Amino acid sequence: MLVLAASLILAPSALANFITPKSGGSPNADQIASLYKIILYVAAVVFVIVEGALIYSIYRFRAKKSAVAAQIHGNTRLEIGWTVAAALILVVLTVVTFVKLPGIINPPNSNANGYLAASLSAPEPPNGKEFTVCVTGRQYIWRYTYGAQCVNNAFNSRLPYSYQEMTVPVGTTVKLVIQSTDVVHSWWVPSLGGKVDAVPGYTTYTWFKIPHTGLWHGQCAQLCGRNHAAMTALVHAIPADEYAAWLSNQSALISAANAQVTQLRRILILNGNL
Amino acid sequence: MSTTEIALRPVPQVVAHEVIVPRETKRWVDWLTTTDHKKIGILYLVTTFVFFMLGGVEALLMRVQLGVPNNTLLSSEHYNELLTMHGTTMVFLFVVPIMAGFGNYFVPLMIGARDMAFPRLNALSFWLLLLGGIVFYMTLFFHPPEAGWWSYPPLSSITYSPSGGQDAWIFLIHITGISSLVGAINFYATIVNMRAPGMSWGRLPLFVWAILIYAILLIIALPPVAAAVTMLLTDRHFGTHFFDPTAHGSPVLWQHLFWFFGHPEVYIMILPGFGIISEVIPVFSRKPIFGYKAIAASTAVIAFLATLVWAHHMFAAPVPIVVLGFFMLSSFLIGVPTGVKIFNWIATLWRGSIQMTAALYFALGFIALFVLGGITGIFLATFPVDWQLNDTYFVVAHFHYTLVGGAVFTIFCGIYYWFPKITGRMMNETVGKVSFWFMFIGFNMTFFVQHALGLSGMPRRIYTYAPNLGWSTYNLISTIGSFILAVGILITVVNVVRSLHHGKVAGPDPWKGNTLEWFTTSPPPVNNFDEVPRVRSVEPMRDIRRQIERQTGVTQKTGGSEQFARV
Repeated sequence: MLVLAASLILAPSALANFITPKSGGSPNADQIASLYKIILYVAAVVFVIVEGALIYSIYRFRAKKSAVAAQIHGNTRLEIGWTVAAALILVVLTVVTFVKLPGIINPPNSNANGYLAASLSAPEPPNGKEFTVCVTGRQYIWRYTYGAQCVNNAFNSRLPYSYQEMTVPVGTTVKLVIQSTDVVHSWWVPSLGGKVDAVPGYTTYTWFKIPHTGLWHGQCAQLCGRNHAAMTALVHAIPADEYAAWLSNQSALISAANAQVTQLRRILILNGNL
Repeated sequence: MSTTEIALRPVPQVVAHEVIVPRETKRWVDWLTTTDHKKIGILYLVTTFVFFMLGGVEALLMRVQLGVPNNTLLSSEHYNELLTMHGTTMVFLFVVPIMAGFGNYFVPLMIGARDMAFPRLNALSFWLLLLGGIVFYMTLFFHPPEAGWWSYPPLSSITYSPSGGQDAWIFLIHITGISSLVGAINFYATIVNMRAPGMSWGRLPLFVWAILIYAILLIIALPPVAAAVTMLLTDRHFGTHFFDPTAHGSPVLWQHLFWFFGHPEVYIMILPGFGIISEVIPVFSRKPIFGYKAIAASTAVIAFLATLVWAHHMFAAPVPIVVLGFFMLSSFLIGVPTGVKIFNWIATLWRGSIQMTAALYFALGFIALFVLGGITGIFLATFPVDWQLNDTYFVVAHFHYTLVGGAVFTIFCGIYYWFPKITGRMMNETVGKVSFWFMFIGFNMTFFVQHALGLSGMPRRIYTYAPNLGWSTYNLISTIGSFILAVGILITVVNVVRSLHHGKVAGPDPWKGNTLEWFTTSPPPVNNFDEVPRVRSVEPMRDIRRQIERQTGVTQKTGGSEQFARV
């Protein structure tokens, strides 16, 4: 406890990350964090009242101070009272959750200067403009395929792709189409919103809209085998006006690498090594 | 001694006599062939506690591995094996069956019965439990399973988990499942049919209420998981494709079936603990339980709701939003009866005359910790928040607050409370309190910081992590705490072993108990009672003490209070 207290005092700047979920990378993560804080305030009050009543009664009603126990069997009004009170708190939390929900599940429009492309399926921002990335989980790496056509085939050979590190444009609503080719994985970059399972045979969706350039860390959140811990993800946000160039550069790199492999293969076959 | 003599006796006193039958078999053969619910209860308690120690060692190994970043003590393969063994052991071989152990020993005594309804079936259910545990632990010599205690396919399929360890896990579920089902039917039949004269439903001890509901929940929850693991077995070896996405099977089907069992299982583990607390708190507050009916009713309501909340384990899975909303509401609802119980326990302490025994320390520690476990449950039930918290250390912290702070503390409470009845000797109270403080502090050090780890992005079930993620300090605190917790548990183990021979003699009723188990000798004779008193309230022993006081004019001290008050 002392060690804990000391470490909390010594690292006040890091504290924010340890009492609320991570946020700051996308509006949905921010909304979840603010919903979490509302529940936290209510919970703190309940916690203090209940633990306070417990500690007070242990202190006040020891046999030494309170020699005779009151023979009370119950109090119907009191019992109905606290049942209703508990229920009311939960009604309030339910209402708050459903008020906050649209901001968490519905993506906003991209900024006017964002990198725009037409969309195919849910979730969609109101004007239907977003950028699509297909996220494919497999033991033990994430593959990202860029462009709306990936929805039909995440391994579409004409689309640029990358592994582990995803590069996306700033100020743009990015829709993620999440699939798995083997076992259940879970896509999670904490600052960019909640996690979404990648289940083989199913397609799931999420989105984020990153306000400024930066690098966000995440990792697979569902046990997927021995190297589960190594299945990390990085999301790299770059300015929207540089994004088209990045995509074509990535395509060029992939073609060059493919050409090299083809050449190597030919040499190996000629030498009889393959 | 004839019945008339007892009926004419002016003052009620302990009426039970050891029937001395010349020993025909060796002592160990007695233990193997016994159908006495008390011996079977002891077998259950000892066996499950051994599994608890094994599961605890597995946990400590994992904590050591996570104590520092990039640790290479354990390979990822062994880490996955340990997390699977730890979860499976604690759920299937410790918490669920140890509650059956307490139930076995005390349900017949508390309802004034001479044994369980089906004594031989009772023996079967214990030996099946042991068999299931042996089948599972034999994998240590081959390949232990490594797909986690919920074994999601396709990871648990033959393609990704080819070793026989996964099959051993399936057989463990089958065998311990049959053991629990048989035991549950036995509890149900016993409680419904064998209560003492006058013990109506409104006078049933709350622990017995809890075991009754525990039995009903087991009967509801076990068949779906038995079906699910059978389907997994046929998927693995006999060419079916229930959970195989490459042949239009569905991994999500497994998740539904497993959690339809898995969430009631949570309440199967905690309700008997609630029952123990509801017995111990009134005894040591010297005050009747506050709101008996509300506590009994909330147990039933929790059990009903427990069958309607399973998909809150699947908020990140492909499930429609409207379904998530339903499961959020049902999970919120379950907070109400749980809160009612906590308020009732505190109200029982209120204006009582509290005697701080070691058993009560554990009961109060349980309330303090369970409140936090319940509150974090509300965060997790809010599905958008759960998208951030699910599968992180926040969840690990949450369910350890309910299962260790909750169930394990109630189990220790039960050990300190009932040890004198089971063995006839008192445990050392001071050592018990020292054990409590080690466990309480160690527990909070281990698990409180894990909330922070989860919030800062650490997923569960990773065998190591990089040093630059800000997780190192909290993990180190957690690891140190886990060893303090382990020391606390060992202190109680030493206390138990020492007290078996060196404890003070307890007498029939050392605590001034409320329920019928304190009416007979400690330990009780084979037939429990020669004569069962007529039950007139939920606290028959208190009625009997009052009657004695009226008739003799002598204030009844607790049978052994002077023995423990001196410590």
